[in-house]
Amino acid sequence: MKANTKKFELPFHVIKRSEIPLWKSLLFRVIAVVAAILLCSVLSIFMIEANPFKFIGTLFVGAFGTPARIWAFSKDAALLLCIALAITPAFKMRFWNIGAEGQTLIGALAAVAVIIYCKALPEWLLLVLMFVAAILAGAIWGGLPALFKALWGTNETLFTLMMNYVASGLVAYFLLLWTPSGSSVLGRLNRGHLPVLGHENLLLIVLVLLLTVGIYVYQKYTKQGYEIAVVGESENTAKYIGINVKSVIIRTMLISGAICGFAGFLIVGALDHSVAVTSVGGMGFTAIMVSWLAKFNPLIMMGTSAFITFLDRGAAQVTTTFNIDSSFPDMVIGIMLFFVIGCEFFIGYQLKRRSHDETKDVPKPAITAKVESKGENEQ
Amino acid sequence: MMFLDYFLTSVALGMTFLLGCTGEILTEKVGHLNLGIPGIMCIGGASGCLALKFCHGLPGFLAVIIAILAAILGGAIMGAIYSFLTVTLKANQNVTGLAMTTFGVGVTKYIMNGMAINAYKNYLYALKYFRAPFSSAATGLKYWGIMMYLAIAIAIGAAYVLSRTRVGLHLRAVGENPATADAVGINVTAYKYGATCIGSAIAALGGLYYIMDFMGSVEAYKTIEALGWLSVALVIFTLWRPHISIFGSIIFGMLYLAGTRIPTLLGINLGMSATPLLQMLPYLVTIIVLIVVSVKNKKENQPPASLGLSYFREER
Repeated sequence: MKANTKKFELPFHVIKRSEIPLWKSLLFRVIAVVAAILLCSVLSIFMIEANPFKFIGTLFVGAFGTPARIWAFSKDAALLLCIALAITPAFKMRFWNIGAEGQTLIGALAAVAVIIYCKALPEWLLLVLMFVAAILAGAIWGGLPALFKALWGTNETLFTLMMNYVASGLVAYFLLLWTPSGSSVLGRLNRGHLPVLGHENLLLIVLVLLLTVGIYVYQKYTKQGYEIAVVGESENTAKYIGINVKSVIIRTMLISGAICGFAGFLIVGALDHSVAVTSVGGMGFTAIMVSWLAKFNPLIMMGTSAFITFLDRGAAQVTTTFNIDSSFPDMVIGIMLFFVIGCEFFIGYQLKRRSHDETKDVPKPAITAKVESKGENEQ
Repeated sequence: MMFLDYFLTSVALGMTFLLGCTGEILTEKVGHLNLGIPGIMCIGGASGCLALKFCHGLPGFLAVIIAILAAILGGAIMGAIYSFLTVTLKANQNVTGLAMTTFGVGVTKYIMNGMAINAYKNYLYALKYFRAPFSSAATGLKYWGIMMYLAIAIAIGAAYVLSRTRVGLHLRAVGENPATADAVGINVTAYKYGATCIGSAIAALGGLYYIMDFMGSVEAYKTIEALGWLSVALVIFTLWRPHISIFGSIIFGMLYLAGTRIPTLLGINLGMSATPLLQMLPYLVTIIVLIVVSVKNKKENQPPASLGLSYFREER
């Protein structure tokens, strides 16, 4: 009877893992990355007609080949890390903020606006004003969706996404306003530069590292960080233990948006000294991957942002060395993400071979262990 | 006359949104929020164009059919990758979707840049078949090609299937509560895979339509991503109803074109700097609709209950 009713059955059975040793979970991720690099290498054979070793070698040359490249790599990784840090508290709260792109862009726009409209101010005051303006702009951009989410449960994913386009529309508008020729290309501004600390990118890197430690401490050791974690795990639990969920949502998004605004300030003050519609260049979306892959741990995020930047810069080098289209990095990162996303399954679940007598063989996951692992598997 | 042209063009542009939106509705109805739709629409356009590249010399109608089938295939493959990751491997839907978009846009750029020059004449040759029967019209009517009727037919068909058939009932049950659906014997995995792949294939047609029919230019793939995000937003605008999305997409088309059309239509000169502000309109309207829908909080206007959640049978 049993055998007749089942039409199709896999030879194994999926069960939830109660826990997994750290080395094993790291091993799965390493296997996934290696598998993805192998697949990209095979692709490279067809696309660029080079052998896989040459492809992998070029990745490293592109990221770390010369001191200048190492600096550029660190700069890119730091900026990406900064935006990833910004969205981390929101994601930990399960608030899907995919508007980091717009929040950063509006921060950069605000900083540039200060430079343009406050010509008479001394340099240090200008920098302070830029900083404040950028952070306020970012906080408003992040806080608006949070306000509506908290009050009426408005879908935050689409709200924050639409705010990206509103931000880039505003940038396009102000660029037309500020460039009399109508070219909409704002040149490098010669005011509002952050002081140079040794190397021109060093200050940026130091600031972001400080921020990393700050966010780590905030999430792990403060009351607010704890509240974020509880709201993310279960809103009902948060309500029962007396957390004001609405204010936590709004407060966290204000912080999240403000840090995005800070990233925008860094782009203007330390890197580009200008703003364009493409200033953030998709980093707001890539940052989500950085944060999610690190399981929202700021210290691990240093590694994941370095890894994604490595792929991006390495693959960019592949495009110039082998003279192929500049879209190649996106494809490499996409493939890599599929593998890493897919490997999470093997960390959260386990495949067990089916035996003939099914009923005896199904181990029930321990209830306590399930509660612990829940947060990891189902963000 | 100018208004008529504006309207006709908007209706045609709206079909891009309509296809993307119908595809996303099907996917969301089984409980999967597919944020990969913009990437999938790009892939649809690219795979259709790739097929056309090899069609030169074939009769026009055959080329059109092959391009449409190629787009469907491309979209379905993307949908299968997405379903494998989110259904079988239970990965996070938002993250997977965003990765699909990164990947899809990258692959599309690669394909389109690789063929931009030599395939251009192949396009122009196929364009007039895509735009049949009005391909020689002077107004916006020229965009009212065969794929537009296909889009409307798909939307009406999807609405019918969802609300009037057993398959649709099962599909909605899976999206509302997969555990209950599973308990009454509905094959949850099959429904999730099926709806996601079909939905992705429909969305992919939107990309092909935009490149081959509406814009008729290889460069058009660059703007599909933004249109894709608007299609995802349109799902909420139309409250998960494909037949309402026909009108919603026309409104979005009019809003999208407002930036370029309204000033000339009214005969006023707003100055060039006003154009970006008018182009923000569809996004602002979407935000307002999102807020209004959530404030009104009607039971029948809510998303499927299990939207965004992975289903694991042994979970209690």
